[in-house]
Amino acid sequence: MSTPSAATLAKLTPVLTKRWLSPDAWRLDVYERLDGYAALRKALAVHPDDLIALIKDSGLRGRGGAGFPTGLKWGFIPQNDGKPHYLVVNADEGEPGTCKDLPLMSHDPHSLVEGVIIASYAIRANRAYIYIRGEAVQAARRLRHAVQEAYKAGYLGKNILGSGYDLDLVVHSGAGAYICGEETALLDSLEGFRGQPRLRPPFPATHGLYASPTVVNNVGTIASVPYIVLGGAAWWKTMGTEKSSGPMIYSLSGRVKNPGQYECSMGITLRELIELAGGMQDGHQLRFWTPGGSSTPLLTGDHIDVAMDFESVAAAGSILGTTAVQLFSDQDCPVYATYRWLEFYHHESCGKCTPCREGNYWMVRVYRRILSGEGTLEDLDTLLDTAANILGRSFCGLGDGATSPVTSSLQYFKQDYLDYIEGRKAPKLSAHALAGAH
Amino acid sequence: MTAPQKSVDVFDEKTRELAREIIARFPEGKERSALLPMLHLVQSVEGYVSPAGVTFCAEQLNLTKAQVGAVATFYTMYKRRPTGEYLVSVCTNTLCNVLGGQEVYDTLSQTLGVGHDETTEDGKITLEHAECLAACDYGPVLTVNYDFFDNVTPESALDVVGKLKAGQRPMPTRGARLCSLKETALQLAGFADEREGAVADGPAGDSTLRGVRLAQQHGISPAGFDINTPIPTPSKEAAK
Repeated sequence: MSTPSAATLAKLTPVLTKRWLSPDAWRLDVYERLDGYAALRKALAVHPDDLIALIKDSGLRGRGGAGFPTGLKWGFIPQNDGKPHYLVVNADEGEPGTCKDLPLMSHDPHSLVEGVIIASYAIRANRAYIYIRGEAVQAARRLRHAVQEAYKAGYLGKNILGSGYDLDLVVHSGAGAYICGEETALLDSLEGFRGQPRLRPPFPATHGLYASPTVVNNVGTIASVPYIVLGGAAWWKTMGTEKSSGPMIYSLSGRVKNPGQYECSMGITLRELIELAGGMQDGHQLRFWTPGGSSTPLLTGDHIDVAMDFESVAAAGSILGTTAVQLFSDQDCPVYATYRWLEFYHHESCGKCTPCREGNYWMVRVYRRILSGEGTLEDLDTLLDTAANILGRSFCGLGDGATSPVTSSLQYFKQDYLDYIEGRKAPKLSAHALAGAH
Repeated sequence: MTAPQKSVDVFDEKTRELAREIIARFPEGKERSALLPMLHLVQSVEGYVSPAGVTFCAEQLNLTKAQVGAVATFYTMYKRRPTGEYLVSVCTNTLCNVLGGQEVYDTLSQTLGVGHDETTEDGKITLEHAECLAACDYGPVLTVNYDFFDNVTPESALDVVGKLKAGQRPMPTRGARLCSLKETALQLAGFADEREGAVADGPAGDSTLRGVRLAQQHGISPAGFDINTPIPTPSKEAAK
């Protein structure tokens, strides 16, 4: 395996991932030895508004996919309104390809807890919830343990570190519904309902949990906060680009030699990431990839030098999303890949709005027909027409996201569809699979 | 078959005490928030959400059974039929799928003689194909009671289920030593894993550490990090 060049190695910026090297960093005593809770002491010594200003100044943008400026979000919370405020952490990691929040919560749970306390203090919340994906049981064990330790040490509860500030934090497990990663569906789920998105406006900043002002932030966003408090906004901005500041955890999976988590300065290219990951697997040529999960339009080998920051990926026709980089090769079929993602969206569609519920149902069926060698040229128009009727007409981003692999794979790989339809490629699904498909 | 059991016959005082603890996590008047953990709680007793479990949740939270049922049927992790001691979930979403996850699932299904969401006759294993389990850097993956077995092959997956059927508990690649699905459900209800040492189980895997190790080997860390950097205080300036 070749060593990456010095210029590429210099793009590595271990910040949020650094404590993962210490096997027991999930324990409070080890965490404290590694600068743990130093940021909280600093934060409690200043006015909450100064923390909001600091996060604004850092340029931190949400790590959950949308990239909304975090400080701005915090600033939307009305103050002195007499209502309780809430911080809710979206730890419902489930976007296909995404796998960075679970290791963070498993190996450095206190960094999230510390971020929660600082963020809650900044927005004047006395209750916070971490809504963690149900299936993430090991991460939840570690997180619950960390919360217990934090209470015992006086970092949570009444009069935190003698500051007069109170905060209660609950780790709340979901129950297996991708849609709950959508922030308003998450809030409904946390209130004990089916996880279905809410109509906006009003936005969670004024009408969130229990119709009170609420900030919903992703795990990576909140875990970034202690580092910005410690190192300052100027230091944070030494990493990344002008509009996409800081480090980002890029999750590489698929046909590379060394899949894994690579925390790099935002704006690194796929070519450089592949270099860090030891290159493509032998015998595999990059053919298509997702920049940030399956809801972000596919890119191809031609996009290998696109800078992976919010602006540049958007300019290339996709979305940075969760930086879940799934790499597929010339041995993988983009039609089948899209079909499997659509089975996922169909299964996870909450059923609230017609375009997403019905559209995904029908697109799955069209894909099954194409992949079993029964497709027609008209099917391709049907797919594009259906996708056009879902995109922008769905209640939330789930429906929009479902159309991403469809339209992008048809844009770049139409020939693969035609090969199935015109009989040049053997059917991938059998008639048996058609009949027995669930 | 007799009439459905009443919740009082199924759930003891200890379970009711735990239900009260769950409710106490939420502000007064917002008890309904306790519903998801409470559904996990009834699964920890019965292994699935039975009619008695629905009734229990409804009683505890002053909801109708229809309201509870509507929520219970929405979420994948609430099972509507009795489950085995172990829930084996194989990721068949795109990434794991093309790396061999479908083959793993098909092999297990054939060998165990059960399909999706079905349980072996000996009551040991419930099999399901799962959507993305957020471990793509270890694909293909399967989980047993939601703890990970990484980079599985049809052979290694057969080895895992073979051991489970023989009464053994193979150690997950990452995650705590296995317990029963009911015990896992109690943790999902928000209660600590009380098993001595279980929280310490599960070292970080190689893929998790790849980037940070590479940086360490080459002595790379972001320059200029000083934890004593003062926080600017514009609020004080404004007050002057």
